[in-house]
Amino acid sequence: MSDEIVDSTAVDSTAVDRPVLEMVNVSLTLGEGARRVDALLDISLEVHAKELVAVTGRSGSGKSSLLNAAGGLIPASAGSVVVEGEDLSALTARRRSALRRRSVGYVFQDLNLVSSLTAIENVSLPLELDGTSLAKARRQAEAALERVGVAHGAERFPDELSGGEQQRVALARGIVGERRLLLADEPTGALDELTAERVMSIVRGLCDDGAAAVMVTHDQSLAGWADRVVRLRDGRVEAVTTRPTITPELINELS
Amino acid sequence: MTVKNALLALLAGGPAHGYQLKLQFDRATGAGWPLNVGQVYSTLQRLERDDLVVTDGPVDGEGRQAYVLTALGRETLREWFEGTEVQALAARDPVSLKVLMAAATAVVPAVDVISRQRAKATETLQALGAMRAQGATESLAWRLHLDRMILLAESEIRWLELAEQRVEAAAMADDPQHGRSRPTGDSDDSDEEDSNTQDSERSGADKKARKGSTS
Repeated sequence: MSDEIVDSTAVDSTAVDRPVLEMVNVSLTLGEGARRVDALLDISLEVHAKELVAVTGRSGSGKSSLLNAAGGLIPASAGSVVVEGEDLSALTARRRSALRRRSVGYVFQDLNLVSSLTAIENVSLPLELDGTSLAKARRQAEAALERVGVAHGAERFPDELSGGEQQRVALARGIVGERRLLLADEPTGALDELTAERVMSIVRGLCDDGAAAVMVTHDQSLAGWADRVVRLRDGRVEAVTTRPTITPELINELS
Repeated sequence: MTVKNALLALLAGGPAHGYQLKLQFDRATGAGWPLNVGQVYSTLQRLERDDLVVTDGPVDGEGRQAYVLTALGRETLREWFEGTEVQALAARDPVSLKVLMAAATAVVPAVDVISRQRAKATETLQALGAMRAQGATESLAWRLHLDRMILLAESEIRWLELAEQRVEAAAMADDPQHGRSRPTGDSDDSDEEDSNTQDSERSGADKKARKGSTS
């Protein structure tokens, strides 16, 4: 480890150990009366920097609810959701959305790219909405597009890009600026195998470089990219599996 | 026999002796396919007996004998590539057997057996995923081999998922009262997350499915 890293941790050691996302006994109840549904029941989950957590489970198991609660899109009915040390329920709606815009990036299956804006405008939009200067937003958007390998398409409109490129533009929009938490719902959508692998290796690379990511998927091969796989069932955590350490013995056993 | 055809394919690139063939084989398969050199020598002897290869010159100073393809060998090789192989899909493996036995008996709840196997397979998939992430510089052969393992692991998880649902559905069919006694939501609740109608039915079946006794 270089001195540089030691120095930077010395500045704020709590920030290093602190999970980027912490869900503590989170429950989420939707609907009322007879149609009341417990979408999440007593979910506890910590996601640290550099971690990629995949959330799997059947339809209706609570996967999307977990993502919505983690990002503060739907307030938890019980328990707390803490993002970068800030308890979402303790914040005013206004400060909550500010934190969300600043720290949380979303990538949904449905890309939601604005068709009348170029790729770079789509990516810089969340920053501009948050009050970042146009020049800085553009610079950061360029860096994000570079990161996902679509710098060449910056000035093109979504319909002038391939499906894989559009997906990567959406990913760039999710990670632009200083967002440290990426929330993804089926981030490879309907991409072919090799393009999906490319998108996942970008997500993996972002985590290796310090981001935290939670990815909801029914695609088991995507779960293979994760450090942890959390399986939900009826709104509860049914099982958690952790990536085994890769040893020559394990490689031998598997191959 | 696959090793026979693999050696013919490698010899199509030029004469080689047994140990060279073993190294070429490892390179072509990404070392994901164990083959010992003794197997190479015995296969070469069979190929020679069948006139598919002949010795190429005398034994060298280190006692190694090179072989070369015959016209018949080349023809056999082309037929192999032009034909198609049938993958053995009858899965008579230890995982299948355990799940089938769990479903057929009531020693332990079948869904618990399935859950454990699924967690194990998920771990395997994560290990393979980590190997994939590390292997950006690995050979094409190794990547192809790894892809194959990843997809097999994925297929196992999907089968276990399906098996779990079938076991639950079968348990519910045996005891329909159990499954239907729970309230089911109206069908117009599309704004709620997916349909929890399924969930509540499933819980009923689930209890039944998990009811296997341990005695």
